[in-house]
Amino acid sequence: MSVAAAPPALATGPPRSLWSDARRRLARNRAAVAAAWFLALVVLACCAAPWLPGLADPAAQDLRLGASPPAAAHPFGTDELGRDLLARVLVGGRISLLVGLVGTLVSLLVGVTWGAVAGYRGGRLDEWMMRTVDVLYALPTIFLVILLLVFFSRSLLMLFVALGLVQWLTMARIVRGQVLSLKRQTFVEAARALGATGSSVVFRHIVPNTLGPVIVYATLTVPAVVLQEAFLSFLGLGIQPPDASWGTLIADGARVMALFPWLVVFPGLALSLTLLAFNFLGDGLRDALDPQDRQQAR
Amino acid sequence: MTRFVLRRLLLFVPTLWVIATLTFFLLRLAPGGPFNAERDIPATARAALARQYGLDRPLAEQYLTFLAHAARLDFGPSYKFPARQVRTILLEGFRVSAELGGWALLVALLAGIPLGVIAALRQNTAADAAVMGVALAGVSIPNFVLGPLLVLAFSLGLYWLPPALWEGPSSRVLPVLTLAAAYVAYVARLTRAGMLEVLRQDFIRTARAKGLPERAVVLRHALRLGLLPVVSYLGPAAAAIIMGSLVVEQVFAVPGLGRYLVNGAFNRDYTLVMGVVLFYAAFLMAFNLIVDLAYAWLDPRVELD
Repeated sequence: MSVAAAPPALATGPPRSLWSDARRRLARNRAAVAAAWFLALVVLACCAAPWLPGLADPAAQDLRLGASPPAAAHPFGTDELGRDLLARVLVGGRISLLVGLVGTLVSLLVGVTWGAVAGYRGGRLDEWMMRTVDVLYALPTIFLVILLLVFFSRSLLMLFVALGLVQWLTMARIVRGQVLSLKRQTFVEAARALGATGSSVVFRHIVPNTLGPVIVYATLTVPAVVLQEAFLSFLGLGIQPPDASWGTLIADGARVMALFPWLVVFPGLALSLTLLAFNFLGDGLRDALDPQDRQQAR
Repeated sequence: MTRFVLRRLLLFVPTLWVIATLTFFLLRLAPGGPFNAERDIPATARAALARQYGLDRPLAEQYLTFLAHAARLDFGPSYKFPARQVRTILLEGFRVSAELGGWALLVALLAGIPLGVIAALRQNTAADAAVMGVALAGVSIPNFVLGPLLVLAFSLGLYWLPPALWEGPSSRVLPVLTLAAAYVAYVARLTRAGMLEVLRQDFIRTARAKGLPERAVVLRHALRLGLLPVVSYLGPAAAAIIMGSLVVEQVFAVPGLGRYLVNGAFNRDYTLVMGVVLFYAAFLMAFNLIVDLAYAWLDPRVELD
């Protein structure tokens, strides 16, 4: 990888790869490290929610208890049906994070392929593919998502597809730009000289070298998708009952917040802190992985 | 310059056509129609309704009629409220939404730019860290969380401001703040980055070397270029504010376009939904054109062609 070699004049000690260098710089960024730990904790807690000892069953109702403020038995309080809010927030987080992850994967798949093909093939195909991206950029895509969800189905699958389809445009542009500059480099020429086919040059040799910016952008796409899912669920267009996500919990809580404020505060906090952590981590990764910045900030 | 504007205006037509076609066929392909949402109605009544709205004509004819009318901003009567023309609803709703969005954008710029400049001038100090920390928090708190929290604090806790509706100046405060918060933060971040970039440049050193007071260096020389990222963000910001107003109008029961869109989508009010989507698309494109012109005016290095 050509970007990985440090200039001889500056090289002190053994040469460092892009990744070990990035890891070192990320480790020095305290906000990003804290964000990463926080996210790991949230993801773990959400994933393990059904098996966590001492955690109430999120569906178990206790109508005699009703909505009760936070207490030792229920740290986040309970909702009107007496269901434990902490358990509901954790289980809702599973869906929110799942949508964020799958939506990002869809956008990665479409965006990277689209950008790589357009950048590598160039010419008329590139022109046509990037015009398509431009036109889609001009569309108020959230309206199309709303229309898709309302008129077809409000299933989880539709949500994945609709959100992923909105998010791939910037990814395609980033990857295309990278591919345009990479495809003229000698290692690509070498691969071609050795008889690699077009698709293997693109996906085995070029795309791996665009990973830095792609990872950074993907880290920032996850919170964007989580936010959009919550936004749609808040409007009643996303996750449908009996499933719950952070968005639906906030929507339900907002309806009764005059009486039971904790029902909106805790899901809101969970969502906001998670988004904040993703943004911190994304910023940290950008600083750590931006090759242009590596020499100066050493 | 004139050629640039003309070319952009010419691009409006195909883009709007794509949007119109997409929405038209998406809505027609959708299962279920506007008249079978509730109880079954007799077949004859159904046929009469279809005839009245032209739904019995061949699809191609419906499509062409739709395009011809849409070009004149005439989308016919609303399906759900047949006594009202979509155009009337659009204009009425847009007046409210434009006021809400305009104030939010203004608040975002008036608060965000000074914060960003201060952070840039005191880079790596506590003030910088505080502004950026708050900005990051502002970006991360969604408006549908912030809105209810503000209502909780200022309406239900302190009884200072009304919790909903759009009547009188005091009812404007919470919706505008809710909508603006994220963009205050974003504008502050962009201003800071832009200013840091500019303050490093040679012409700033020259200006300082000439003996200009720091205030003039910052306000007259650096700010003009430092604001460029903010200006180019205005286009996406307008789009984002429109999206945000969908939520804010729902939270605060503001009778704007976003509310009509969400309710129209639930009611399968074809004509109204198409009207709102096309209207917003045209609005955003016009707005982006103005932003590009402003950009060229601010940065003499940019040439429009």
